[in-house]
Amino acid sequence: MNQSTATDISGFVNREYKEGFVTDIESETFPPGLDEDVIIALSAKKNEPEFMRDWRLKAYARWKKMTEPVWAHVNYTPIDYQSISYYSAPKSDADRPKSLDEVDPKLLETYEKLGIPLSEQKMLAGVAVDAVFDSVSVATTFKKTLADAGVIFCSFSEAVQEHPELVQKYLGSVVPSGDNYFAALNSAVFSDGSFVYVPKGVRCPMELSTYFRINAMNTGQFERTLIVAEEGSYVSYLEGCTAPMRDENQLHAAVVELIAFKDAEIKYSTVQNWYPGDEEGRGGIYNFVTKRGACRGENAKISWTQVETGSAITWKYPSVMLEADNSIGEFYSVALTNNCQQADTGTKMVHIGQNTSSTIISKGVSAGRGQNSYRGLVRILKGAENARNYSQCDSLLMGDRCGAHTFPYIEVKNPTAKVEHEATTSRISEDQMFYCRQRGLSEEDSVSMIVNGFCKEVFKELPMEFAVEAQKLLGISLEGAVG
Amino acid sequence: MLSINDLCVQIEDKKILDGINLDVAAGEVHAVMGPNGSGKSTLANVITGKLDNLTQGRITFNGMDLLDLDPEERAREGIFLAFQHPIEIPGVNNIYLIKAAVNALRRHRGESELDAIDFLAIVREKMKLLQINESFLYRSVNEGFSGGEKKRNEILQMMMLEPKLTVLDETDSGLDIDALKIVSRGVNSLADAGRSTVIITHFPRILEYIVPDHVHVLIGGRIVRSGGKDLAHELEKYGYTWVIEDTPAAVA
Ligand SMILES: Nc1ncnc2c1ncn2[C@@H]1O[C@H](COP(=O)(O)OP(=O)(O)OP(=O)(O)O)[C@@H](O)[C@H]1O
Ligand SMILES: [Mg+2]
Repeated sequence: MNQSTATDISGFVNREYKEGFVTDIESETFPPGLDEDVIIALSAKKNEPEFMRDWRLKAYARWKKMTEPVWAHVNYTPIDYQSISYYSAPKSDADRPKSLDEVDPKLLETYEKLGIPLSEQKMLAGVAVDAVFDSVSVATTFKKTLADAGVIFCSFSEAVQEHPELVQKYLGSVVPSGDNYFAALNSAVFSDGSFVYVPKGVRCPMELSTYFRINAMNTGQFERTLIVAEEGSYVSYLEGCTAPMRDENQLHAAVVELIAFKDAEIKYSTVQNWYPGDEEGRGGIYNFVTKRGACRGENAKISWTQVETGSAITWKYPSVMLEADNSIGEFYSVALTNNCQQADTGTKMVHIGQNTSSTIISKGVSAGRGQNSYRGLVRILKGAENARNYSQCDSLLMGDRCGAHTFPYIEVKNPTAKVEHEATTSRISEDQMFYCRQRGLSEEDSVSMIVNGFCKEVFKELPMEFAVEAQKLLGISLEGAVG
Repeated sequence: MLSINDLCVQIEDKKILDGINLDVAAGEVHAVMGPNGSGKSTLANVITGKLDNLTQGRITFNGMDLLDLDPEERAREGIFLAFQHPIEIPGVNNIYLIKAAVNALRRHRGESELDAIDFLAIVREKMKLLQINESFLYRSVNEGFSGGEKKRNEILQMMMLEPKLTVLDETDSGLDIDALKIVSRGVNSLADAGRSTVIITHFPRILEYIVPDHVHVLIGGRIVRSGGKDLAHELEKYGYTWVIEDTPAAVA
């Protein structure tokens, strides 16, 4: 694909939503630039309480003093933060495609391959009117089921209005506003995101997935997610979507905070498929994400599962703070880089409580000129008696122009800790390819089958329908990677 | 069905196949015997498309020039290789590969894909005949299979794909006597006037069960002698030196 088509598409596709979720926004966009006044105006626009505004301002003050990290194993042209507009109202229907006929056929072809239903295709491609109508009614049904169970699930903006006490109590309690450069920026200017609160003893009656697909449409460039699971509760949350999403915003800096209390479990699954740019990497999304969970009560469990195939640059380390005794952290990841994509991902497991345990399974697949780095930190603090960690990092290379890098960092301050680390690097062998092709599978299907096999341990952690989609996605993302 | 003319293959400076001529008609069984390193697997690799760097020669299959076809296209036209060393594919369920293979073939023929229930019924029936435990379906392809289990798995795939031409590359090696009978029964269950088999083997025993119409002796990349099924027994009695001494041209 050349650059001009890429621009055409971003012109067609507009992910923002007006109806249904955000009704109190007047149509307008802030001029580019960032200073205190912009933040005050943004907060006012969103009709936020004072605590929220002050929190943003404090974050901004911190951010101004920070410098962008350079240690990630990625290269990119510097971002000009003053050229970004920090508030922009959704586009009107007049700017949207009227029907799928007006949407780039290449995008539709991909939707087709993924087996995405027509109504959802329209939604993803940003088609006006009826798609919005469909999704609002679906969303209403979900909302009722959740409300009956006592689960709060709404946009972050809504939570700030409806449940300010919860937001004030938990926001920034896992990822402090000055945690890192991108988290500080996000804290200052975040646009919207999701909020989930599962009360004591409640098992959330559904995977928070399809709903999110719809809800995700109105979150912008700086997304904020907060999930709180009270004692003995359970929630499985699915972020993102396998369909390729395009966005005019090049920089994405999201923050996700998870809090699990005693005996609670949060399962957070992500499929990230942002636009990776063309074959030369032009026009792709920069995805800098801070994701962290805290196990705040005994036996709490937080598990991250991610499938990363998109973005030009991905920089992301979902982490778990194992604060309470017997708590469990898990990280399962597949990161695929093709063409010029660069991914620097991994996890941090911080063992604070006694008998805490963590598992890390990371699968990196590199093709084309893709660069894939795993960066993992296992830190066992002094008081973490009998902590355990098992890490396994496998890399699969396709072709000879790509790279895989593994940077495991292990810090152990307690002698009773048991830490195991295994790493492998392999290539798809010609013999495996020929074996599959001799059975009648095309070259691409053979690659996809072998790669999916390589990633199996991670895919089996994904909820069923998501896993099936993720497998297809991997195949599509690898198209043209052989030969 | 299969017609090979003056086939020559050279890898680096070494001539591996040196003027092979072989005609396999529909319904026929041909055995190819020969010492280690004589080029038997290479011949199978050329037929199936793993190797395409021929220096000379032609191969046609039912009138099609095989050299124009990719390995997967040859497979879908009905050419099946039971590998001498079946390949392991970690993380891919055996049943998943077999199903993908069956459906690739069906798509090629313009048939609808089999649904999971029909597919399972068919595969179970074949597994019963081959005395393979159902758990093998859910294990990774060939991973941790014993030598004999791998061979049986190849024949299971063959039975599912119902090829027109099957090349068995030392499928009998490593099989115990009972397994040999079971595997042969599997191969024979497909036998009909429209299908052909090429058996590459070191041992005449399998030829008791799958009876060849022709036996060829491949030495140094050439077919130095062809004959009927008795040739296999003569070879066993007298060894390959006997053929070489008896056929001066072979050592040229
Ligand atoms: N890729 C290759 N590179 C170099 N030499 C090769 C290659 N493939 C095959 N050969 C050589 O070609 C010759 C024939 O090999 P082939 O595998 O066809 O023998 P074979 O008759 O099947 O032997 P066996 O009975 O041991 O299976 C051998 O000497 C082998 O080393
Ligand atoms: Mg051989």
